[in-house]
Amino acid sequence: MKVYLVLPLVAFALAACEREDREYRANPMTAESQEKIALVPLSAGPSGPTEYRSGLGKEYEENAFHISQGQRFYTWFNCNGCHANGGGGSGPALMDDRWIYGGQIENIVQTIREGRPNGMPSFRRKIPDDQIWEIAAYVRSMGRNVPKAAAPGRKDDMSPGPAEQRRPPGQVIDGGQVPPSAQMPQ
Amino acid sequence: MGYLRVTILLAVPLLLQLSVPSRAQTGPQPSPPPFATTPEDGQWTIPQKNFASTRYSDLSEISAENVKNLQVAFTFSTGVNKGQESAPLVVGSTMYVLSPYPNILYALDLTQPGAPMKWQYNPKPAAAAQGVACCDVVNRGPTFSNGKVFFTTLDAHVVAVNAETGEEVWKTKLGYINRGETMTMAPLVVKDKVIVGISGGEYGVRGWIQALDANSGQSLWKAYSTGPDQDVKIGPDFKPFYDSDKGKDLGVTTWPADAWQQGGGSVWGWISYDPDLNLIYYGTGNPGPWNASQRPGDNKWTAGIFARDADSGEARWFYQTAPHDLHDWDGINEMILLDMEWEGKPRKVLVHPGRTGFVYVVDRTTGEVLSAKPFAALTAVTGVDLKTGRLQYNADKAPVINRVVRDICPTASGSKDWNPSAFSHKTGILYIPHENLCMDWESVEANYIAGTPYVGAEVRVHPGPGGHMGEFSAWDVREGKELWTINERFPLWSGALATAGDVVFYGNMEGWFKAVHARTGEVLWQFKTASGIIGQPTTYRGPDGKQYVAILSGVGGWAGAIVSGDLDPRDGTAATGFVNAMRDLKNVTTTGGTLYVFKLP
Ligand code: HEC
Repeated sequence: MKVYLVLPLVAFALAACEREDREYRANPMTAESQEKIALVPLSAGPSGPTEYRSGLGKEYEENAFHISQGQRFYTWFNCNGCHANGGGGSGPALMDDRWIYGGQIENIVQTIREGRPNGMPSFRRKIPDDQIWEIAAYVRSMGRNVPKAAAPGRKDDMSPGPAEQRRPPGQVIDGGQVPPSAQMPQ
Repeated sequence: MGYLRVTILLAVPLLLQLSVPSRAQTGPQPSPPPFATTPEDGQWTIPQKNFASTRYSDLSEISAENVKNLQVAFTFSTGVNKGQESAPLVVGSTMYVLSPYPNILYALDLTQPGAPMKWQYNPKPAAAAQGVACCDVVNRGPTFSNGKVFFTTLDAHVVAVNAETGEEVWKTKLGYINRGETMTMAPLVVKDKVIVGISGGEYGVRGWIQALDANSGQSLWKAYSTGPDQDVKIGPDFKPFYDSDKGKDLGVTTWPADAWQQGGGSVWGWISYDPDLNLIYYGTGNPGPWNASQRPGDNKWTAGIFARDADSGEARWFYQTAPHDLHDWDGINEMILLDMEWEGKPRKVLVHPGRTGFVYVVDRTTGEVLSAKPFAALTAVTGVDLKTGRLQYNADKAPVINRVVRDICPTASGSKDWNPSAFSHKTGILYIPHENLCMDWESVEANYIAGTPYVGAEVRVHPGPGGHMGEFSAWDVREGKELWTINERFPLWSGALATAGDVVFYGNMEGWFKAVHARTGEVLWQFKTASGIIGQPTTYRGPDGKQYVAILSGVGGWAGAIVSGDLDPRDGTAATGFVNAMRDLKNVTTTGGTLYVFKLP
């Protein structure tokens, strides 16, 4: 009898280990990861822009712990005041598929760090680098651009709509300045 | 849509009025004060039309009989597809139109066919201001006085422009976007002073009102909405009517230590002026943060009405419409100044259809509330105690930390927001464009980080009883009751205009511009504009001697942010909860920015 109970528990526990690959990185405020990214798919020459990604992005956005930390920090640093729970307010929607400044996690890290001209504040030296990555990973989860298993489930607060985990996988369309007007509610 | 309703509401037993029962009023209808009844000159020089803010024109060429023939005279694009809340002004033979951010002022030549542009003036405000504008990047209009056009910019500047040439006369910076300070209101010019206030009640600003020299832009006086009496300009002349407003430094002592420093009380709505009493009247915004548990106390002098000496700025009286505001109920709505008989005596009154859901009739010399009657469905408040002046909150609907409290009516934007009512000098009726909305609210801890929002609430707005979200109501001020109402699918976010032709105008968020019969509420004519309407209609006599009616079309504002900001309808809490009620708006209208001017054939 007992064995039957324990077996699935062990299985769950093991699965959880897989999912939660925690890394405790002490990251001082001043340290900044240096990803070499472009803001547009167009480049001089036919080969596309030259970019270099360290792999940090994957580490963060495929990790449920980082994403849930990011969810906490997203509120903590008042991102929700301007972007609500992803639907937007004074700042644009973050759960949709259009990205003015790029929707890859490296772009989002850049956006948070440097700010953007139409009213996105710069958070450089206000948020430690690893937390910026965690927030960016959470932002990626809003449009479900992260693995389903890593995306957050329902939160305790007022439900704004279906949880990140229950959203269909999203896509990233760069250059979101021109809205598709009168889109049917999804 | 367009269906009529005869006096309703009182749906809820909660609507017990605490006022002395049945003070039935007899005698004549209220009338505009003499300073608002100067002979009609056919112009529309300030958004309020006159110092009493009646938004009434004596022009009557367009009448209930012929309004059905109205046709487009000309149109003009503001070039900006954001919420158009501004009022088109007419001075002489020039029309002035102000766009939302980037706040471009256009002058149109009414003497020429099609009203071509005379000039445009672009103050080039800082783009980053858009991030700290809570509810779309709106502006509520320019104002004209003595050869200059004055207006505020989103990045908290006030500008004076030569009305003839479009040249900048002066430009004064009054706030810092890094502290969440922006400007959206229309200034009021009183004698040689330009009076303006600061927006940013959702960003922990410390609200103020300020008078600038109309000739130089220099600050003449400034009065804060929170803090020590000296900063609030409370001195020996301050004689509030109710005891709860008496005492030293209440702007400090009715707050937890130092909370008044980011306590809100922004000034972003309407100012009226009584030249006989030399007093200005205006409202202060909600206290910050929305989460009321972080600011125990009455939170003076937020969410209330101030009367101040126009020359010195010294406060004369204050009345708090929402002491210790629980739900974002700013006191900034229009103040309509009327003369009326009250219990057999003539009184100078101020009529204020408030966000709390009551039409307040206040003695404007003393600050005494004569009556406060509900004009919308309410669950969160039960009335106003006329002995103490205090709003009576229903404890069941008070916010709780980390728990969702449901069906709070009115919603955060109130039974009525900024969009001004009109009072017809002819019918004696007040026309109130308003909302029928409720909400669910969860208070959460708010973190103060300068330059970012300071709110602390998760909100979901939903339609009130009946399912329609807007109402256009004719209101009997003396009796304190509704005469008729037109229900609208979406909240009404446009102002009203009353005319001597017995026609009243307003627009809805679907884009219909409507002319209704001032007495019966019958819709006499309607025209579908390009986008939803949230602007302020005005009327004037053109150089050709004919009467025209003007309105800006272009949806947005807090209610329309889902369209103007392209917000995602899957998140009900977007636009501080308004998106929950407005999901369908994206199927009904698109962004726009077009002036429409109508005339008879
Ligand atoms: C004061 C309001 C405000 C705050 C606070 C704020 N944002 Fe923004 N955000 C904006 C605005 C406005 C823009 C649009 C900027 C532009 O178009 O130039 C923006 C843009 C962005 C973008 C780019 C979207 C795109 O389509 O490329 C991301 C990502 C973003 N914000 C994430 C965040 C995160 C994460 C936080 C919290 C750390 C945050 N924002 C805090 C206002 C804000």
